[in-house]
Amino acid sequence: MTIKEYLKKFEEKDERILAKIITMVEEEYKESEEILRYINKKIGKAYRIGITGPQGSGKSTLIAKLTKRLLNRYKEIGIIACDPSSPFSYGALLGDRIRMNELFLEKGVFIRSMATRGSLNGLAYKTKEVADILDAFGKEIIIIETIGVGQVEVEISNLVDTTVVVFVPESGDGIQILKAGLTEIGDIFVINKSDRIGADILFYELKNLIEISYQNSKWKPPIILTQAVNNYGIEELEKEIVNHYNYLVENNLLEEKREKAIIRELVNNFEKEILKILWQNEKVRKSFAEVSKEVLEKKLTIEEGIKKLIREVKYDQ
Amino acid sequence: MEKKKIKILIAKPGLDGHDRGAKVVARGLRDAGFEVIYTGLHQTPEMIVNTAIQEDVDVIGLSILSGAHMTIFPEVLRLLKEKGATNIHLFGGGIIPDEDKEKLYQLGVGKLFDPGTKISEIVEYLNNLFKEK
Amino acid sequence: MTNKEWEELEKTYEEWEKRVKDLPQCTLPLFKTLSDIPLKIVYTPLDIKDFDYLRDLGLPGEYPFTRGIRETMYRGRFWTMRQFSGFGTAEDTNKRFKFLLSHGETGLSVAFDYPTLLGKDSDDPMAKGEVGVCGVAISSLRDMEILFDGIPLDEVSTSMTINGPAAVIWAFYLITGEKQGVPFHKLRGTIQNDILKEYIAQKSYIFPPEPSLRIIVDIMEFASKEVPKWNTISISGYHIREAGSTAVQELAFTLMDGFTYVEEGIKRGLDVDTFAPRLSFFFNSHLDFFEEIAKFRAARRIWAREMKNRYGAKKKESLLLRFHTQTAGCSLTAQQPENNIVRTAYEALAAVLGGTQSLHTNSMDEAWALPTEKAVLIALRTQQILAYEIGVTNVIDPLGGSYYVEYLTSKLEEEAYRYFEKIEKMGGMVAAIKAGFPQREIAEAAYRYQKELEEKKRIIVGVNEFVLENEKIEIPLLKIDPEVEKRQVERLQNLRKERDNIVCERRLKELKMAAKSRENIMYPILECARAYCTLGEIIGALKEVFGEYREEAFF
Repeated sequence: MTIKEYLKKFEEKDERILAKIITMVEEEYKESEEILRYINKKIGKAYRIGITGPQGSGKSTLIAKLTKRLLNRYKEIGIIACDPSSPFSYGALLGDRIRMNELFLEKGVFIRSMATRGSLNGLAYKTKEVADILDAFGKEIIIIETIGVGQVEVEISNLVDTTVVVFVPESGDGIQILKAGLTEIGDIFVINKSDRIGADILFYELKNLIEISYQNSKWKPPIILTQAVNNYGIEELEKEIVNHYNYLVENNLLEEKREKAIIRELVNNFEKEILKILWQNEKVRKSFAEVSKEVLEKKLTIEEGIKKLIREVKYDQ
Repeated sequence: MEKKKIKILIAKPGLDGHDRGAKVVARGLRDAGFEVIYTGLHQTPEMIVNTAIQEDVDVIGLSILSGAHMTIFPEVLRLLKEKGATNIHLFGGGIIPDEDKEKLYQLGVGKLFDPGTKISEIVEYLNNLFKEK
Repeated sequence: MTNKEWEELEKTYEEWEKRVKDLPQCTLPLFKTLSDIPLKIVYTPLDIKDFDYLRDLGLPGEYPFTRGIRETMYRGRFWTMRQFSGFGTAEDTNKRFKFLLSHGETGLSVAFDYPTLLGKDSDDPMAKGEVGVCGVAISSLRDMEILFDGIPLDEVSTSMTINGPAAVIWAFYLITGEKQGVPFHKLRGTIQNDILKEYIAQKSYIFPPEPSLRIIVDIMEFASKEVPKWNTISISGYHIREAGSTAVQELAFTLMDGFTYVEEGIKRGLDVDTFAPRLSFFFNSHLDFFEEIAKFRAARRIWAREMKNRYGAKKKESLLLRFHTQTAGCSLTAQQPENNIVRTAYEALAAVLGGTQSLHTNSMDEAWALPTEKAVLIALRTQQILAYEIGVTNVIDPLGGSYYVEYLTSKLEEEAYRYFEKIEKMGGMVAAIKAGFPQREIAEAAYRYQKELEEKKRIIVGVNEFVLENEKIEIPLLKIDPEVEKRQVERLQNLRKERDNIVCERRLKELKMAAKSRENIMYPILECARAYCTLGEIIGALKEVFGEYREEAFF
């Protein structure tokens, strides 16, 4: 099949082709550029929700239950579930779907697992692009799950309209949560497995932290107690997502937020490309080798070395 | 179009709970550099094929120890055909007597591994599969 | 020994060790037990220095029962030879039961098919292809009546491997007895009814842990009043082991499950001595001969001690860890299946030397399919040879006092307590299961074992060494006729037409109400069974109240 035929079938809502197109973009096939150009004009209709939080906090189960509820109102839902690649073998074991079994036969629900393949921000490299593809395909809601290794996974908030941060009573005390930087990115906070010991303490600690972090914000993030396994608290979560959506729309923030994200993406990728170009430059590489030798021989300090390199890079231009 | 990363769905159909083999294989294949999707117990053929299509996997590996292999393999093949996904390779492992194996091979099922197979054999099999193409 | 004698022994040993260290020795296979316990080349009194005979062993039938739970052990009575069997329809299995009884088997043991194990009727869409395949299909009281047709239930003891739907299947059995004219209190047997290990290993769960535990306590309570000779739970390490655990994990998780049931019973307000004597155990006997024997001995000692000290049991019967053993299914090889006869014989020997109360020996073809009559007979004969020919039953606990076996017994005990501590810190077994702790430990052990095999650090004859090229399997395999499913589905559908469906509806409604209240649900389940409500209908009604458990997978 040619790429044109692929895109035609994509237009006809062929799920198999959707899956293939995602692969082409994820694997950076040469067709990728054309696909993204085509997709670009069609995005912006779907509402994007990010779910982040430590491993074992029940994100996947929460997504399954939330999706079940959302299906009462929406027909088309896309889910992207990120899992880590092994840093040793580069393989990955993608197991989020296990907790989403109840969605496997739901028409209109499309789930895609993605391995991080070395990306360190809790998302797979092409998560944004895949979300765009799902958007262009006609998904009304797109839910993105981060890997949740407990590291800083703030990148997700740039990709979505509403960020839900999930904790469990075992997540540790307030200080650790604060360290993880997650209190600043959440639009909604969830304490899942809230029947466990420590849920109430966590609730109050979290409440205090959020009040500080969001004192100047018009949006005051709610904290919801859930037990995803028992379907408890999911209705409230849905309600708060809608509230947050309304807040963004009423205050004309939705477009602003999305535009900012696009610009940030542009900056990020631009910087990455610049670096690439820089490193491809023979001269730069040569001066770097010289400078590093001098640094190692203690003829230069690291700071002096950097100054020298900058001078040469600038001079070169 | 050349594919860089081989994606494999390891699925556990049937009602039995013997997932030790499936999990050990899933882990072993991960350690051999594949991207493995594991979906848990009690998967019906419909669920397996839907997942395989959405994830655009190259291979499906079924672990069957309940004796239902003569029902499940043909049904998965039929659904793959129905949905136009015959490019997905289907193989499996479990307790499958030789004469049943023969029948399944003739239907187009890939290699069926016996209990006690080394993971390295499965890895080799999968690698050869993609070398040929 | 006096201090001087100890010193002399130590000195002698050290000198010997120095000399031996430099002698050529193999490095493979691993000199470690299957539980990864590193082994010395020889054991001496130095390895059991604080051994105290009366405290650690005692005499047979005396606390702490390390040497055995009965004073006379096999001189009084052999273990029960109980071959697990079941396949096809109730008629097929009924025939196999009669075959086994006529060849000297002394107890029945029912294997159910997967739909039944999961509380599904034979005509459930998920049951397709699995009806009667791995066991017998029992969807209603009618099937149970056929299963035991012509077998007087006051004369046999019946063990049923059933967990999630145990209450329902047991109800079918009780009513079958009633219909034969055998009152409840005369019925003897066991239901496995051990739900915790389902979450950990076997995965045939239905409801979430909390309601499951409530049903189990309902069963214990009901039995202590109405069916006093029945073993209400067979706390099973077998499946934990089959899922890939080590012997230590099997021991620790199984006993921890047992403690949890005891605690649940006590929480309900039951006197521990009313239900504890009806708790029994079910262990695996694997290939590591001495480690298995040590495991059985350690289990008895730990159970007696904890029941006495922690749970305040007063009756001797409450302290006894009675157990059934099955040789390890996962140790059978598909390659050169005849070798399995030998493996099974050694495993059975370990179980007997470990003091088992009953035993199932696997048939050589079970890595392939359900066993044929011939294979089952060899398996049964293996037990009979053990009992009658080789003299191991003459003396109780003949390995007691062996430095190595005593060391290993204490070592396994120590390792088990280490797990107990960890699990208690997590908030008990249910919390640990929800957090995936035992599941992860087992997955880790299974993966390690697999790697050891692949790296040939351990040898399995015929699998990774001494392999036959182009081996043709020449043992006849029992095949389940696809007609079985059709016949079974037909019978079930006829039943639905013939019975009084209005009464069924009413009974199911009453059951749901009882489930919502705190009533003992055994009584309404019996009423449902009497009305010929099917297994799937009864479980379905309970699901409406209790919800369903979903798997978390742990790698």
